[in-house]
Amino acid sequence: MNVAVCVKQIPDPAAPGSLHPDTKNLVREGKLILDDSDSYGVEMALQLAEHAGGGEVTLVSMAPNEETSGLRTALAMGAARAILVSDETLAGSDALGTAKVLAAAIKRAEPDLVMAATESTDGYTGTTPAQVAELLGLPSVTFAKRIDVSEGSVRVERQTEAGYDEVECPLPALVTVTAGVVEPRYPSFKGIMAAKGKPVEQLKVTDLGLSPDQVGSAGARQEVTDVAAAEERKAGEIVVDEGDAHERIIAFLEQLKVL
Amino acid sequence: MAIDKVWVVAESSGGAPTSLTLELLTKARSLGSVVEAVAWGGDVASTAGELGSHGASKVYDLGDLGDALPGSRVAAAIAAQIQAGNGPDLILIGTSYDGRDVAGRLSARIDRPVLTNLVDLTVEDGVPVAHHAIFGGTQTARSRFTAEGPGIFVVRAKSFAAEPAGGPAAEVAPVEVPEAGATDTARVRERHVEERTGPQLDEADVVVSGGRGLGQAEKYEMIEELAKLLKAAPGASRAIVDAGWVPYAYQVGQTGKTVKPTVYLACGISGATQHMVGMKGAKNIIAINKDQEAPILSIADLGIVGDVHKVVPKLIDALKARA
Repeated sequence: MNVAVCVKQIPDPAAPGSLHPDTKNLVREGKLILDDSDSYGVEMALQLAEHAGGGEVTLVSMAPNEETSGLRTALAMGAARAILVSDETLAGSDALGTAKVLAAAIKRAEPDLVMAATESTDGYTGTTPAQVAELLGLPSVTFAKRIDVSEGSVRVERQTEAGYDEVECPLPALVTVTAGVVEPRYPSFKGIMAAKGKPVEQLKVTDLGLSPDQVGSAGARQEVTDVAAAEERKAGEIVVDEGDAHERIIAFLEQLKVL
Repeated sequence: MAIDKVWVVAESSGGAPTSLTLELLTKARSLGSVVEAVAWGGDVASTAGELGSHGASKVYDLGDLGDALPGSRVAAAIAAQIQAGNGPDLILIGTSYDGRDVAGRLSARIDRPVLTNLVDLTVEDGVPVAHHAIFGGTQTARSRFTAEGPGIFVVRAKSFAAEPAGGPAAEVAPVEVPEAGATDTARVRERHVEERTGPQLDEADVVVSGGRGLGQAEKYEMIEELAKLLKAAPGASRAIVDAGWVPYAYQVGQTGKTVKPTVYLACGISGATQHMVGMKGAKNIIAINKDQEAPILSIADLGIVGDVHKVVPKLIDALKARA
């Protein structure tokens, strides 16, 4: 079974983010890393392919400056190859533009199953997977907390407000996973060495049959007009616990009439 | 460009519109002159009263979708209305499990962009302007569409207060759902309702959340016990959801739920920007953290510098003694 996993390479979330002063796009220069949210999809894809007794896991990514460091991490985990779309015309792409690029790239991998995170850590629009599924004409099951594949269909436990639904869906299909569904493996030394030699197919927008005006800021049809500091919350009372801090909490809750 | 017609994708649960739906309708009233809802399920007629009192003059009833997932069919039905020239100027959809499916699929179907994670929506010179909390809520970005509509906006829960306007029940207008082909082949085989005592996370008056400072998964029981004693909903930071200690449904933050309780009690949560954006709207914040430099203490009304493993058990005992 062949699985395509959408992976995003993002600025380190531990470092403070910033917007470009003119375009107000998220600054994505410098070193990018594999979005943690995507490591669950990669792990799940590897397990499903192993369980199915064969097949390849292909990573699909769109990133500036032909960035591959995040892809190498996922390749080191065990993915077979990657398709990377990197093109100057992609700067400023919105979710739909991104989905068009990913959908076209995924098509080349002819996967049985497409996996993605429910949302990225940096942009977190959370709509790209459903857009990709619609563009590819695929059914989708989002917010999966458990996935099993057998005989041409996928069975998913999907998170709901009330609990979860067991959903069945014929393949090919797209599934998005929530964090924590599996424990992503740490790349082994052998995996890291092997990743260096794994193929990364580098593509431009025109290679995908898309025109530059469908993507990037030209295709985005939305703009950030301004950014302002939000109202700040001030620190209140700080109490160093000397064995009786719980009493202070209870007094505060009483004052708020919660108790 | 004046905004005339606004549609709200109206989700319901147990025969009543969700609170998020009512929040969106309330906002929609201030945006356009005509507010209409799009709803599905076997019980749309029973929700028409509440949809109407919150501002919808009409509810398009897509009928019972049976065991299909809503995303594909609802998007197909809305797209068909738009293509038939009956569409709205803007569409409000809630940030929910199904809402995001509908938004994404609709966006791709009608080839229109979508703006997500709204915390407010205003109209300036006749143009809808979306407000987003970014970088952990330290900054607010405003954005807008630059092309023809209808604009699709996906709004986070608790962005607006739901208030009835006292209108009559919405007129129920049945709408045919077009075939959605292969995109509509996922089927729900079984629905599981997880027993939960106490209030829902995003509606609770008190929320007690745990984070990595708990040290290990088993210690989350402490949070649940404390939550129960305070009639609160238990929540979690992303770190412990990622670690698999608690399900995603517990997550408070940017990629989880937004909560605005009267009291938010954070136990062993350092306050990553990812978390803060989901809870800084709480009226009162109490934080327990052993690190005096933890960012969460800089926004807490009451910050306890201490060990959760010592403070929380004592708090539990003291509350039990009162009961």
